[in-house]
Amino acid sequence: MTVEQPASTQPENPPAAPGPVIGVRKGMFGSRGSGDTSGYSGLVRPITLPGATPAPYGGWFDDAAEALRGSLLASGSSWEDAIEAVVVDRGELTFHVRRDQIVRVCQSLRDDPALRFELLSGVSGVHYPEQTGRELHAVYHLLSITHNRRLRVEVSVPDEDPHLPSVFSVYPTCDWHERETYDFFGIIFDGHPALTRIFMPDDWPGHPQRKDYPLGGIPVEYKGATIPPPDERRAYS
Amino acid sequence: MTDQATGAATDAYATDTTEGRVFNVSGGDWDEMVAGLGDAPEERIVVNMGPQHPSTHGVLRLILELEGETVTDVRAGIGYLHTGIEKNCEYRNFTQGVTFVTRMDYLSPIFNETVYCLAVEKLLGITDQIPERANVIRVMMMELNRISSHLVAIGTGGMELGAITGMMFGFRERELVLDIFEEIAGLRMNMAYVRPGGVIQDVPDSAIEKIKQLIEVWPTRHKDYVQLLNGQPIWKGRTVGVGYLDLTGCMALGVTGPILRSTGLPHDLRKSQPYCGYETYDFDVITEDTCDAYGRYLIRLNEMGESIKIIAQCVERLSKPGPVMIADKKIAWPAQLALGGDGMGNSLAHIKKIMGESMESLIHHFKLVTEGFRVPAGQVYQAVESPRGELACHLVSDGGTRPWRMHFRDPGFVNLQSTAAMSNGSLVADVIAAVASIDPVMGGVDR
Amino acid sequence: MGIEEKLPSGFLLSTVEGLAGYMRKNSLWPATFGLACCAIEMMAVGTGRYDIARFGMEAFRASPRQADLMIVAGRVSQKMAPVVRQVWDQMPNPKWCIAMGVCASSGGMFNNYAIVQGVDHIVPVDIYLPGCPPRPEMLLDAILKLHAQIGATKLGAHAVKENLELEAAALQAQPTSEMKGLLR
Repeated sequence: MTVEQPASTQPENPPAAPGPVIGVRKGMFGSRGSGDTSGYSGLVRPITLPGATPAPYGGWFDDAAEALRGSLLASGSSWEDAIEAVVVDRGELTFHVRRDQIVRVCQSLRDDPALRFELLSGVSGVHYPEQTGRELHAVYHLLSITHNRRLRVEVSVPDEDPHLPSVFSVYPTCDWHERETYDFFGIIFDGHPALTRIFMPDDWPGHPQRKDYPLGGIPVEYKGATIPPPDERRAYS
Repeated sequence: MTDQATGAATDAYATDTTEGRVFNVSGGDWDEMVAGLGDAPEERIVVNMGPQHPSTHGVLRLILELEGETVTDVRAGIGYLHTGIEKNCEYRNFTQGVTFVTRMDYLSPIFNETVYCLAVEKLLGITDQIPERANVIRVMMMELNRISSHLVAIGTGGMELGAITGMMFGFRERELVLDIFEEIAGLRMNMAYVRPGGVIQDVPDSAIEKIKQLIEVWPTRHKDYVQLLNGQPIWKGRTVGVGYLDLTGCMALGVTGPILRSTGLPHDLRKSQPYCGYETYDFDVITEDTCDAYGRYLIRLNEMGESIKIIAQCVERLSKPGPVMIADKKIAWPAQLALGGDGMGNSLAHIKKIMGESMESLIHHFKLVTEGFRVPAGQVYQAVESPRGELACHLVSDGGTRPWRMHFRDPGFVNLQSTAAMSNGSLVADVIAAVASIDPVMGGVDR
Repeated sequence: MGIEEKLPSGFLLSTVEGLAGYMRKNSLWPATFGLACCAIEMMAVGTGRYDIARFGMEAFRASPRQADLMIVAGRVSQKMAPVVRQVWDQMPNPKWCIAMGVCASSGGMFNNYAIVQGVDHIVPVDIYLPGCPPRPEMLLDAILKLHAQIGATKLGAHAVKENLELEAAALQAQPTSEMKGLLR
């Protein structure tokens, strides 16, 4: 669902802030191990995600931001307390929220008549091991059937203290989603009624979808030739 | 099993837990267990409808707490088919990811592929450059897949409730659709047909003939189901009023798809947030307002009729020839496939070109196949209306040739949470009917 | 097993073998063990077009106690592995196992932490059927090959002799890892 951003709302604004650096790409092709014979192996480039967009955001995004601002004020919080950044990228709106305010933000998003994001599509995790202090991200996708809109809310927590308040009181559907995010990333949702592993066996050690967890494959042997498991093969990324 | 002494103080089978005394029985030891029970038999029975069960729609574990035949609580244990596809895709190109993603919800592989490719195309920013014919083919394949998926839903739902003929009918029609898939993509299931940039092969004329035959034959087959099941008193007795979940429940539990439409809300992503050109097709959104398993069955049956309508419109549009892969050579899969002497592979014309005529084509082919195209950094969320509900892909790219993170929001996963809401207070047999009406596919639930 | 195991080797034992093999193969009852995509093709085999009923096998027994054949159809995850083993143990002898699809045979395309790389890590497999998923005709072919195997099963003294011969042959054979050269 793309939203056209008419040029008339954008031109005088300063360019968006540089985004978070999530890693570094070395060499011409980003190859790991062998394979880069280009001679440009000394190249070092940072990998950045899209950064915060300054207001105005274009289309309905501004109305939504205004409504959220008002709703947060009414509930005793404020925009600056709750929202770290707003990213508009590829026609999608993302609010980066501080972790202690996530329940309040979700409550406002669900209940405010101008917002009415009734459906939580899903909660998932992303692990950025290089973003110290903000390694684990929980991403909430919301859908408003009334206004036919989509929104993303993203919260970051550090590895050392991966606690996040559960939004179960606002969106009961997050039950299994948060269990899945806990199972795969180790994010602990405080206030969740039954936070246990859901996909892996109950006594499984580790959190499989973290970047420091190996893929776990075995080398495949056939008539004397061996192919290493997928995470140990030559990669160009 | 074992012949341990069962003294009153140390019962080999009983353990004291926070929930009370728990007795674990594994088979052949009923007498010993009962002897240890003592005078006060426990009231609450927990029965495991275990991952291997003919009626639980796949490897789903249902933990039922029973009072007699009434279910007081049901919990769904999942994860028995967890394959780690999401993590696997982080080690594969975006094009190779299609082959993994297609095996998640294995009854609707085209939907998995399409949502993934739409997400990749959104990240690349090439959504408008996908050729129209590719979009028409995608829509047609998706609607064919919707038919085959609903047929399995009705068929296996029927089988689980005892209507074995329903299963025979369902799979008979499904074979017609699978023949069409085989004609177009080469495979009956898990086709890896939709790729980022378009589709991998054009639709041959023989497939169009088969599709036209399917469209012709459909009304009589539809009547078969109506006559077999719609008014059948046993079928109605087992599904009317069973698995009740109203609109509030659906919204709270995040349920979409036929279950949401059975509450009366005409929410269909094909109409509200169209993709692949769905806004140009003429079809209705089927709703019922009974909120029960019977309503969902009717919705699935009638949605197949709507899919036939859409397919007929697609076939008309396919009479105009055109490319099926994006024109941008840096992204498009280099070859169109063709059937050769040793099976499906790169067409001979393409081989001749890259080996004999154009060095650039060879380089492009090599780079695209081994390394893959690079996708600019960012994240997207793309949703489609799969037969089970809202299927969505959250794709995070770090600017390289492989996804940084790929997460699928599978409708079966979310809808299965509503098992407890639907079945608490009903009979054990109704749990089966409720789960059948949710129609989860465990490959998608567990990924 | 029973008295047939104790018959002396000779014409009588051969006749009994033939008879027992014939009976067993013609009414093999599969256990419902569909896991993933291959299960759908297995269901297709059970329905009208590919019709496994012509071999007497349309009755997929839900209870492993009544089944002879376990067709492991689909990928076996780490959580499911003990369940596979338990169902296999609950099946009474004689029992056979077909690993249907590449995921059951060797882990398939999923070479990772979550999938057991071949169900033969857990249960003894008689027939490996590749395919992703194998067509219903391929499954029927595998079942027919299994029927042939069952029909030719030796009993008693003949079985002991055959096992000794197989063991000797296996000890002589070149291991696959030492076959160099063409990977065919």
